[in-house]
Order: sequence, then C-alpha cells, then structure tokens
Amino acid sequence: MSSKTYAAGVKDYAQSYWEPDYQPKATDLLACFKVVAQAGVPPIEAAAAVAAESSTGTWTTVWTDLLTDLDYYKGRAYRIEEVPGDPDAFYAFVAYPLDLFEEGSIVNVLTSLVGNVFGFKAIRSLRLEDVRFPLAFVLTCGGPPNGITVERDKMDKYGRPLLGCTIKPKLGLSAKNYGRAVYECLRGGLDFTKDDENINSQPFMRWRDRFDFVAAAVKLAEAETGERKGHYLNVTAPTVEDMFERAEHAKSLDMPIIMHDYLTAGFTANTSLANWCRRNGMLLHIHRAMHAVLDRNPYHGIHFRVLAKCLRLSGGDHLHSGTVVGKLEGDREATLGWIDLMRDSFIPENRSRGIFFDQDFGHMPGILPVASGGIHVWHIPALVAIFGDDSVLQFGGGTLGHPWGNAAGATANRVALEACVRARNEGLDVEQSARAILTEAAAHSPELAIAMETWKEVKFEYDIVDKLASA
Amino acid sequence: MTIQDYPSRVDDPSARKFGTFSYLPPLTKEQVKSQVEYMIAKGWACAVEHVEPPRATDYYWYMWKLPMFGERNADVVLAEVDACKDAHPNDHIRLIGYDAKRQTQGLSLVVHRGTTH
Repeated sequence: MSSKTYAAGVKDYAQSYWEPDYQPKATDLLACFKVVAQAGVPPIEAAAAVAAESSTGTWTTVWTDLLTDLDYYKGRAYRIEEVPGDPDAFYAFVAYPLDLFEEGSIVNVLTSLVGNVFGFKAIRSLRLEDVRFPLAFVLTCGGPPNGITVERDKMDKYGRPLLGCTIKPKLGLSAKNYGRAVYECLRGGLDFTKDDENINSQPFMRWRDRFDFVAAAVKLAEAETGERKGHYLNVTAPTVEDMFERAEHAKSLDMPIIMHDYLTAGFTANTSLANWCRRNGMLLHIHRAMHAVLDRNPYHGIHFRVLAKCLRLSGGDHLHSGTVVGKLEGDREATLGWIDLMRDSFIPENRSRGIFFDQDFGHMPGILPVASGGIHVWHIPALVAIFGDDSVLQFGGGTLGHPWGNAAGATANRVALEACVRARNEGLDVEQSARAILTEAAAHSPELAIAMETWKEVKFEYDIVDKLASA
Repeated sequence: MTIQDYPSRVDDPSARKFGTFSYLPPLTKEQVKSQVEYMIAKGWACAVEHVEPPRATDYYWYMWKLPMFGERNADVVLAEVDACKDAHPNDHIRLIGYDAKRQTQGLSLVVHRGTTH
C-alpha cells in the first residue's frame, strides 16, 4: 500500500541521503570520497549530495520517484570523517546497493561513481579515494586472464622478480632496427622487452612489421639462452576491430604476451581484450597512460588504488605501479598499499597505507606490479625490498643506456638482481647492504661494474605531490 | 674501459642459462646450503630434478625420487643432490622449493651443470 504523497519542489539532500545509523551490508559497494564543499555548504549536506548525484538522485523531486522504492535503490552517505591535517576537506563514506550496477561492468560502476557528481556545483573538489567492491560483484568480473602463478609456470621463472625493458627511442625506429634492440636485450638476460605505449602503428613502423621482426628476435634469444622470453606487443589501436586483428597476429606468431593501454583505450575494450586473452592463453601487460591526469591531484579525481582495483576486475596480468625510487611520482607506503591490492586475495583496511576498506578478491588471480621509469642498477636493492619476488622491474634507459650496449646492460641488471635475491635469501637486509652486495657482484661481472660507474650520480629526489593524509 | 663484445653464442653451451642465479658464478656448497635453509624456513618442500642437457629447455625434468616433504635438515637435501649427481653425472641438476600454499615453485635454481658435447 502506498503511503507516500507527491510534493513537487526541492528538498535538502541530507533529508533523503544522509543515514548515519546505516549499517553497510556485505553486498553493498562502498566508496570513500575526499570532499571540499563550497563555502556555506555543511559537510553532511555535501556528503548527501555526493551520494544522491552518484546514485538515484537529481536536483528536484519527480513524480516517478514514487513508482519505485528509492529507499531500496538509493546510495547513502553513512559517515563523514575529518581529513587529518586538512581543515577544508573531509571524507564522505557512501554505500550503494549492489542492484545499481550491471554485473561485470566496471564501466557502469565508474559512470555512476565518477560521473556527473564530479562537476556538481555545490562541491569545490571531489576525489574518489577508495572503493570496496563486494565479493558478490567481484565474482561477476573476469579478472586477470592468467594471474601470477600461471605466468610464472608458463614463463618458467621462479624465486625472483622478472626483468623487463622498454625499447627506446620510443618513436621513430624502423621495425627491423627495433627488433635488433629487442634481441640484444633478451639475449643479455632480460625476461621481457616492451613496446613503448606511444608505439601503435605509425607510418615509420607499422604494427605487422614490428610484430614479425620482434617475434624473430624473441625466438633467437630463446634459442641462444635456453630461457623463455617475451615482448609486450602493444595491440592498443584506434578501433576494437584493429585491436583484435593485432592480438590474433601475435598469437599466430606464437608470442606469449601482448599489451594494452587501459585508460586511453577504455574499460570496454580492455575487458573484451582480457576475455580474448583468457580464451587464447595469452598474457596481458597493461600500461596506464593518462592515470596521472586522474590520480595525481590530491583534491580532485580518482586515486590510483581505485584505478588499480578496476583494472584487476576488468582484466590484466601486469599493471604499472610506480617505482617509489625512480623518476615518477609515488609515495612508498601508498605504493605498498596498491601493490597489495594488485596481488593479494584479501587486503585489510590500513589507513597508514591509504586503504579505507577491507577488500576481498576471493579466488580472483593477482596482477604483477610493474616498476618502470628512471630506474637503474643502483635502485635494484631497494626495488627487491619494496616489491618482493612477484613483480616486474623494468629498466629502459638503465638497459639501453649501458656504454657497451643492450646485451651488456641487460646482463648488468640480471646480475645485480640475482645478487640481491641471493643475499636476501641468505638473510641480509639488502637495502642496508646495497653497496656491498652490488660491489661484490660486480667483481665477477664487468657489465655490472661499468653500469654502476655510469649511473652512480643519478637520483630523482623531489617532493611527492600526492601524500597520504596524516595529522 | 673500452667497449667490450658480448660473448654469448648459440653454438657455445656455456651461453645456455638456467633461471634464477644462473648469471652469478656457480654457487659454492655453503651458498647452496643457505638457499636450502631459506626454502625450509619458508615451509617449502625441497625437491631435486635432473635432465640430459639437450632437453634442458623442457618444462618437465626427471624427478629424483619424490619432493622431500617435511624435511627440515638442509644436509639431507644436499645429500640427495650429491646422490643424484653420482647417479647422473652428465645431467643438469636443479633444486626446487615447492610452495604448496601458493601452488607454485617458490624458488628453482640449477646447482650442477651437466656435460655438453
């Protein structure tokens, strides 16, 4: 029996969308937003507005509201918290019922949570800090096509981080010269080389030529070293039809791994490609161009931990995570937080790492975090300590910039990595003993000795723009 | 230092590599023992495998007996490596730490290079 009556007009959002007594359900999708409201807007009203505008609400009452049970479908702001050390901003926690989102659709979740609400006038700035995806939603997503353990088995690599390198210069090489650079890196001891994200199918190097020459390079390096090798063939393309044509060709060449840029290409394309990879036994490396546009501003946008969770659900076997120590932005504790979100099955709430919710991924496989950008042999001890074995460490300039060429550069990195892993297993603190470990290893490796000499002065010590909030 | 040539050749058996630690000088007996102790401390089951050098790139090598489930003594593990070496002096031999919890090999390292003709 209907008990509500229709009253046209505008109500305070808080009247319908602020429920401080609400107990979130296990099936609710939970979100934490960092909000800065316009002057004069009370925090509770701003939080309620965020909940409304990202779920069922609009600016005025409409009669069709009464044809459904909005108490069932609406998102609710259920808590607000101060942001430590920041008088202007506060955290708003919102719970959304599972029914609001199409099964397996990251696209649908993002359209609601980071849609119109981000342009809403009563809010000065808004940042999606974290999302708790309920297990009931997680299990409707395909997730990583292979996962970490399957990748290790396929590539036959155990007990250490994998090593990669992005081929440079990133634009302008011919396909055959490009394949040469790949071959030299792989025969020198790297596990993977990578297309730069900017490499798609430009006039100077069409994709099919690149794939063919790279495949020859991979096979030659495998025959020479006896180890399994791969090159991330970038299938990112202007249309999904082109994307799949490139993926099929990589498969026909018997290549183990392809690559995709998930933010510029979009989640629909990414999820379809991940499904194709799962059906075809292909590993999928994911690049994240455009992420810093979304995640670097501490007051507006989407935190990377959310983008990382979204990618794990959409599907990918590798995801760039930042390095902490290289040329690109990344706080150590925050990075440790999101690499846990990539790899682990259950990640508990941990505010010191910026994790606002328990997150259960159930049986969904994990992603290998990829550390890439301005790193070289001197960084390897810290990288081993930060990332552990389940990671890919990628040295572009740190391989190709070696005075004796790519193969020697690759060997330098491989020797340094294995020396650090051996020392760690022997019980040493590899960060504290970094210089001694590398120096001892270099005594047996002229390639490492000259690499250490070449990059001894290079540091990237700038202040972090996006810091974890702390009192 | 002047530019040096990279010496790896496809017809040179010493150019073949074997995964983790194969770019370091061969581990001493003490160093191998440390790695075994690491695997035991992790709770992994140590196992010995061997193969004829021409078959080295295959996924599956021959098992030497069974993985040593529950074995906590590194010397016992190393004795099995020696026994395998005595029985198959021309084969490559590797040590594996099976991590049952994560369903993967926590570590795999070649501890003896066989003869290549």
